[in-house]
Amino acid sequence: MTYSKSQDPSSRPAGLDVEVTVPDSIAGVERVQSVRTPIRIEYTYTPGEALSAYLRGMKDKKILAERCPKTGQVFVPPRGVSPVAGILTEGPVELPDTGYVESFNITRVPIASRPELEPPYVSAWVLLDGASVGLMGLVINCQPEDVKLGTRVRAVWKPDDELEMAATNILGWEPTGEPDVDIVDIETIGQKGDLE
Amino acid sequence: MSDNGMRDIAIVSFAQRQQAAIPTESEVEFMVPLMAAAKDAVGLTQQDMGFTCSGSSDFLAGQAFSFVATIDGTGPVPPISESHVEQDGAWALYEAWVKLQCGDVDTAFIYSYGKSSPGSLRDVLATQMDPYYVAPLWPDAFAIEGIAARMLLESGKVSERQLAEIASRSRANAVSNPHAVRSELKTVDEILAEEYLADPLRPSDIPASADGGCAMVLAAGDRARELCDRPVWIRGIDHRIDAHTLGARDLTTAMSASIAADKVGVNDDKIDFAEIHAPFTTSHAVLTDALGLGEEVNINPSGGPLAAHTMMAAGHIRFGEAFERIARGDGDRAVVHATAGPVLQQNMVAVLEGE
Repeated sequence: MTYSKSQDPSSRPAGLDVEVTVPDSIAGVERVQSVRTPIRIEYTYTPGEALSAYLRGMKDKKILAERCPKTGQVFVPPRGVSPVAGILTEGPVELPDTGYVESFNITRVPIASRPELEPPYVSAWVLLDGASVGLMGLVINCQPEDVKLGTRVRAVWKPDDELEMAATNILGWEPTGEPDVDIVDIETIGQKGDLE
Repeated sequence: MSDNGMRDIAIVSFAQRQQAAIPTESEVEFMVPLMAAAKDAVGLTQQDMGFTCSGSSDFLAGQAFSFVATIDGTGPVPPISESHVEQDGAWALYEAWVKLQCGDVDTAFIYSYGKSSPGSLRDVLATQMDPYYVAPLWPDAFAIEGIAARMLLESGKVSERQLAEIASRSRANAVSNPHAVRSELKTVDEILAEEYLADPLRPSDIPASADGGCAMVLAAGDRARELCDRPVWIRGIDHRIDAHTLGARDLTTAMSASIAADKVGVNDDKIDFAEIHAPFTTSHAVLTDALGLGEEVNINPSGGPLAAHTMMAAGHIRFGEAFERIARGDGDRAVVHATAGPVLQQNMVAVLEGE
């Protein structure tokens, strides 16, 4: 069949002009008000080569980042690509489990779906030593009031026999007691890359 | 400028990768080399692109906002003018074509990709059905195509043997396509001997699922001529949509494809070959009829989606396959088609011509 211009695409198909009737066998059945049809899709998720290396490193308490060969920026967790240069990154680059608080927030309201997060708690962007971008985590083992921009922190790991290939191996970050990093200019945070 | 006041817009470069599964690399990790290849072929960088548009779906790999992560692969610093369609990349190409017609940019970068292997694509595709009456039933995508295939066979328009001939020819054409994932030769009788997968569809009747993607550069007018020896001009492009509700349309035809073919003048001149986005042998039969392609037309010299079907890129790759064939001189005028939605619901048709 080829399309004919006389055909009107907006016309009602003949198949719809059928009267719908309910069979006698179910005529007395209570009318359905609603149905629930749960649906579910399962995936075998693969995080990519850079992120896979990062997760494997976690099992050995290693933080494996990647470096942009053009700008020198170090990304953690690594996504395999340098978003500034648009090229694949190189790695792994092992980073220490120490850094400082780049930005933080104190939460005083509970979240129903996260009962393990007992307020008040501190979530922070932790800039690891040698990294160009922050890593998100909780600042723990201190009073919220003790956390400042520039507070030096160290990772608190799960016990060795509970380590998995997962970022949740880092329970949080605790202050080291070292002097705060002096953040004089927000623009100078992190190791900057330069495309030129 | 053409006689009709439209700008002349051409495809000037293309790169693709398709394989049965890409198990270890993330989408952005396998797209970065393709993006670079398409740009390097014409000596352009991301900052030379007037516009960038991509097509993909987060439902395939099962990762929310994966399309945002993939933008990192373009090198979007300093900030770029960019857009995304939750649609096959052919529709990203269309958006870029419109942007180029507006006249404020002369170049556009388009990429699309799909990584279906982490999930069950035939189940994931249920999410594109209408959310009230059909999606809650969680219909298998192959089963829906099977219903349409049964209607097509019963209409007498095509026979199971003719469907097997389409499948056999695709395999033969795919032998010379390095990106094909299904190119093992089979005779018509061998295909007819296969067990049904979704009655009346056999394994050879369904798309050869692949992971992968492609990248392409478009340019307007003289800019296209500067960038390559033989630009491949998009002489006409049109897309139309049939009703979403499966029961509201005749599944043995594709009226939207016919209208689009009519608008771009598919049969106004000799057709050297056609690259059509026919995922199933049944869609191949319906589209051949709907586009008015005669028996003499060489359809899917690449093997088509029956040889390699990367969800969200398969329509876009039809443009790329036609570009490469014309650019190397294997034809001057080609018909390209892309589809989206269940049972050929949405259809795009274009005519490409070499310089």
